[in-house]
Formats: sequence, C-alpha cells, structure tokens
Amino acid sequence: MFSAFLIKYGEIGVKGKNRFKFEDALVFQIKRVLEPLDRAFDVVRIDGRILVTTDSPLNEIEYDETLVKLKKVFGIVEICPAETVPGMTLDDIKSTVLRHIDENFPDKKITFKVNARRGNKSYPIHSMEINASVGEAILEAFPEMRVDVHNPDIYFKIDIRDSIYVYSKGIKGTGGLPLGTNGRALLLLSGGIDSPVAGYMISKRGVELDCVYFNAPPYTSDRALQKVKDLARILSDYSGKINLHIINFTDIQLYIYDKCPHDELTIIMRRFMMKIAERIARANGCLGLVTGESIGQVASQTLKSLFTTDEACTMPVYRPLIAFDKQEIVDKSEEIGTYETSILPYEDCCTIFVAKHPVTKPNLNIIKLHEQNLNEKIDELIETALDKDEVLSIGV
Amino acid sequence: MINHPIYLDNAATTRVFDEAAAAVQDAMINQYGNPSSMHRLGFEAERTLKESREIFAKLLKCDPSQIFFTSGGTESNNTAVFGSALKYGGRHKHFILSSIEHPSVSEPIRQYVERGWKIDTLHVNRDGFIDLGELEQFMKDREPLLVSIMHVNNEIGTIEPISEAANLIHSMCPTTLFHVDDVQGFGKLNLFPGRAGVDLLSVSSHKIHGPKGVGLFYRSERAKNILPLIYGGGQQEGFRSGTENVPGIAGFAKAALIYQEKLRNAPSKLEELRNLFIEKVTQIEGTKINGPIDTSLAAPHIVSLTVDGVRSEVLLHALEEKSIYVSAGSACSSHKMSHSDTLLAIGLRGDDLDSTLRFSFSIENTKDEIETTVKALREIIPSLRKYRRL
Repeated sequence: MFSAFLIKYGEIGVKGKNRFKFEDALVFQIKRVLEPLDRAFDVVRIDGRILVTTDSPLNEIEYDETLVKLKKVFGIVEICPAETVPGMTLDDIKSTVLRHIDENFPDKKITFKVNARRGNKSYPIHSMEINASVGEAILEAFPEMRVDVHNPDIYFKIDIRDSIYVYSKGIKGTGGLPLGTNGRALLLLSGGIDSPVAGYMISKRGVELDCVYFNAPPYTSDRALQKVKDLARILSDYSGKINLHIINFTDIQLYIYDKCPHDELTIIMRRFMMKIAERIARANGCLGLVTGESIGQVASQTLKSLFTTDEACTMPVYRPLIAFDKQEIVDKSEEIGTYETSILPYEDCCTIFVAKHPVTKPNLNIIKLHEQNLNEKIDELIETALDKDEVLSIGV
Repeated sequence: MINHPIYLDNAATTRVFDEAAAAVQDAMINQYGNPSSMHRLGFEAERTLKESREIFAKLLKCDPSQIFFTSGGTESNNTAVFGSALKYGGRHKHFILSSIEHPSVSEPIRQYVERGWKIDTLHVNRDGFIDLGELEQFMKDREPLLVSIMHVNNEIGTIEPISEAANLIHSMCPTTLFHVDDVQGFGKLNLFPGRAGVDLLSVSSHKIHGPKGVGLFYRSERAKNILPLIYGGGQQEGFRSGTENVPGIAGFAKAALIYQEKLRNAPSKLEELRNLFIEKVTQIEGTKINGPIDTSLAAPHIVSLTVDGVRSEVLLHALEEKSIYVSAGSACSSHKMSHSDTLLAIGLRGDDLDSTLRFSFSIENTKDEIETTVKALREIIPSLRKYRRL
C-alpha cells in the first residue's frame, strides 16, 4: 500500500545556480495538481528529488488518481510509488519489504537486488549491512527468488530519511521543464488536431499558455466554440490556468472575401490572425505565438505560405510540429487526450470559405498589394474585434 | 436587451406547458409511491396512472386497456416492429414501410434485412405522398406481417392517407397488421385508430408540450397477441414491464388535455400561422416550400423551406443570433455530410439538400413571431447569399 511518491527530475538537475528556481517551480506545480484531490499531500524537496507523502496508505482509486495527476506535471522524469515503513528498525524495514513483494509480485520467479541509501547518515546501520540483511530475509521468505547484483529484474530500493521509504518501480513522467520557468506564450487554438498538440509541446518546456480562438458566427456554431473551450480545458490539465481569448472574426473574414482574390483568402486571413494574435500577446505579456503548422500539410502551410504568414508579425512564432507527419501529431494528440474532442465535426473559421484551388505559392509582394484593397476598413475592423475580445479563464 | 426567444422548432421538441410541469412535480413529490405497492401511496400513484390512461382513451376514442405507456416514440415504434415480428415472424417474413419513415421504424425493420426477410419500401412523390397503387402491388398475393406508414411526416408535414391505406390493407390480407407512427400528428390532427383501421399507433409526449421520456403505444384487439419488447415485473398487463413513469405520464396527460383545450379555443390557429408564414416567406426571392402547401394535405405546424444560395446551417445560426430557433433539413460540415432521407425521397438533390430549413409551429406561437421571423429572413438571406461557399 503506497503512501508516498519519490519524484525524479532530469534536466533541472543541471541548471546550475538556477536550479533552486526550477525545483521550487516543480514543487509548486506538483502542489497545484494535487490540490483538488481529497487527500492532503506534503510536497518537499530533498537532495535531488521531490518527496510527496500523505499520512496513511492510498487506496487503489486514490493511488490511480494521484498518478494520473503527477503524470501531467511537466518536469517529472520518473515517479516512484513508495511505501512508508511504519517505524525505524531493521525489522520494520524487513516486514515492509516482504509485504511489498507479496502484494506486488505474484510471480516470485524473479531476480532482485536490494539497494539501500542513507539520506540520513545518522541512521545507525550502514547501507551494505541493510542490503545484506534484507536480502537474506527475502530469500528466506520467498525461496523462488534469486539475487542478481549485476542485472536484476527488480531493484528493491530503501530510502532512509526522517522516515524510511521502500519502492521497486518507476513510472515514466512527461519530462520537460516545470511550468512557470519560461514565461508565457499565446497559442492560436483552432479546434483541429494540431494546435492543441503544439500548445502541449511548447508548454512542456515550462511555458505557460494563453490561447486565442477566431470565432466566425453564424458560419461557426456554439458547439464549435464549446469544442475549443473543451480543448483548452484538457490542455490546462498540463499547462495550468489558460486565458482563452475569443475574437469575433466574421466581419474581417467577409471583408477579405469582398476585397481580395478568393484563392488568396486563406493566406490573407491567416496573416490577419497573426497580426491580431500579436496584439493580444503583447497586451498580455506573452513572449511568442504558437501555431500547429507543419510544412506542406495544407496549402497555407507550404514553405512559401509560411514565409508569407510569418512576415505578418514581428514576434517569434513557435511551430513545434513543423517537421511532424500527420500521423505523429495524431498519435501525440491521442496520448495527451485531445484527439477525441478535436475530431468532433464542427466547422471552424478556416474551413468555411476555402477556395477550390487556394494558392500554394503565394508571392508576398502580390499578397501585400492585394491587402491594400482592405485599407479603407481593415484597421477599424481589427480594433473592433480586439475591443470585443472575450476572455475566459479556463482550468484551475 | 435579450430578445424574447422565438421557438420554431416544435417538431423537434416543445417547451413543457407550465401546468404539465406542475403535474410532473406534483407526482414526483406527492404521489411518489410505486403504483404496484399495496399501500395508500401506491394506490394514489396507480390512480394517477388510471386517470391518465382514461384521458388518452378518450382522446383516441379507444378502450383504456388498449393503451400502454412507454418511454416515448422510439420505444413505441420499436415495439410495433419487434413485437409483431417476435410473435408472427415464423410465418410472415415480410415488412412494408414508406421511404420517409422515422429511423425508429426503419432501423428496427432493417434488422431483418440480413435475416433474409422481404422488405418493401413505398416510394413517395414530390409532395411526400405514398402511392396506394404501389401498396396494393406490394401486398398482392402476399401476407405481409406489418405495414408501417407514418401519419404526418416530421420534415415536410405531408399527411398520409391512413384510412385509405388501412382499408386497402385489411381488404387484401386479414392477418396483416397496420402500424402508424403518429408522433407528429397526435394532438394536432384527429386520427382515431379504431375507426381508421389502425392496429398499432405510436405517440410521444414531448411533441405536445409534455415532458420528454414518455409516450404511448396503442394496441388494437386484433393485435393483442404481439409480444412485448421489454420483460420484467409484469406491469401494464405484462405488455410493458418496468415501474411506470408516473410523473412523466401525469405530465403527458396534462399536456394532452391542455393542448386539446387550446386547439378547441382556436381551432384554426396553427393553419393561420402556417399560411401566414408561407404567404410571406415565399415573397422572398429564391425560396420554395417542400411538400404540400394546402393545409388539407399537410400538417398545420410544419413548413420545409429551401432557400437558394444559402447554407441551411449558416442561416440557422444567423437566425439563432436573433433568438429565432429552427431546424436544418440536413447536417453538413467540412468533415461529414448527412442528408435527410425524407428530402432525398421527395427528390431534392445537390445544393437544395444543404439549403433546406424546417420551421415548425406550436399553438403557443403568435402571428407577431411569424412576422418577425420572416422579417429576419428577409434581412439575413441577401447578405448570406453574397458570401457563398467557394
């Protein structure tokens, strides 16, 4: 019965003088995700690890819930569910280890090694002695088990601190860097498969997210908007609280439709999305834009198109999926849990007016020339859209 | 200012009458006994059931013992198909249905296709009417198990010739059962199954301002041996097991009474609303009504309208922005296209399928609301036409 988790982190360990900042951020994020649970947990930093403890063993449901939460914390490399030894004597350790084996390894035909570590050097018995003594007890209790000090199936680890913890398995965490260690970026969230994955990947590097959605009623519906809110909610499990900006884009889109060649609609529309996104980002302290673009996926994502889109804003645009194949993106979206929502069949503003043959090799100069057709009203339309920006706070 | 909502999607569902909602609440809070319980609370619930059953018996001019409460139109339609097939399927492996039946009739019947049954589908003309000649052909020298024809089509409002079909069916084959899905007609049009020669009839509560999740199934004397769809504790003479939904049934009965009363006080109101709407809306260029226009041929509460050059989904949302709620004839998006079987059956093709809306009225709607709606359409349609899909 587990009542603790030893949390291992990777890259943070080598961040030099900033290390404490990263560790503090990780502790903070772990506390944040565990806070909504009914259980109270203690989260403390202990030389190179984080120890999450609670005062009595978790039942199976609580254990699963906690693990699900911890698996969504960026910065964690490995989660080791541990048992707390009820006492400090060698006998206490032995009985906990034996029970642990009995409960977790129904098949006893395994090789093992005991690996004790004294974080608390004042503990009277040396590690080697503990290893030998516990190993002996195991062999006596379970004669089928064998010792293998070089390549064991299972390590039984005994971590001695103010309390003693026993653990034998590690569960992979997401990796990355803890949120709050790298500022904030604005994700262009469409409701498709790609953009939530792009947001996840940037956020995984410790970046907090805001999102902007371009709404086009009556061409898009409340259900399409709800879908985007749901996606932001799923993302917020990983990336913390998200401010979702909802921009009414209809008038701008129709104005472009009126004034510009139809095969350039999408690319011009995207340029204005970038411009608007940049304005929102600057006004909200975001240091970059994030999109789900991937080279060649659609007409507006050829290198020429990306070149043309990119020119519309001066802020860095991060495109973490740029070299991903569609299937890789789909796999990732299934893994992070956004796929089922992304494939709901509601139109978004990018699909309502798509030319049969949109330009795939836009010429920036020509596009800019055609954009001059918009001079009369476009600034005013952009200001109106920004004035009416509706901001929703999503996630805890 | 929040616009007062104009709800013109009454063929989808209706707002529950206040009195019906009160009847539901009263049954939930005060008559919460199980009608099968022997004590007083049980008896009171049983009495509510009995009274409700009598109300419907009067409305349908039948015996209370011929009425069974179900979970709604879908269950009633399923009961008609599976109940008769379970009983008589050994001898008569033949169904006849119209091509515009609701899926809760056509899908159960489709289950028998792969079992090798004969399924004949009656074509409909451009106005949605079946052809009795074709029905005669399908029945000739055969003994179909069940013929299922809806009374009023839910998308274009066509009123099918039920009595004539019944006469034909019974004169051609004495064993064939005739089922009518009356979900859209009940309350608005008179159809008395006993007199019309209908053996099985399905009715739903939430189309007449009653609560959702309740309906009824009428079973004639001739059809009394069909088998139940649901088995259990033997409630409702063993034909429909399960503790009766007393609150739902009480609300359903209340709604039916009120609907009848409102219609009695304004017998031509629905026709007037429909005629007004059709008169005004067809003045807008590039619109056309699907199905019969004449109110003697079409239900008084359903209008199917095709608007050239406008996608119904967009028009629907544009109306929604003005708090006017209607239905689209088909659901379409960039990912998926699903077209209405009825619209296909009456011959709509191509863009017309994606440009068709359904307006369905209730006795609660007003002429003002109709005027406002047409005015909104007049404003919206030209601007939507300007921005066509590429």
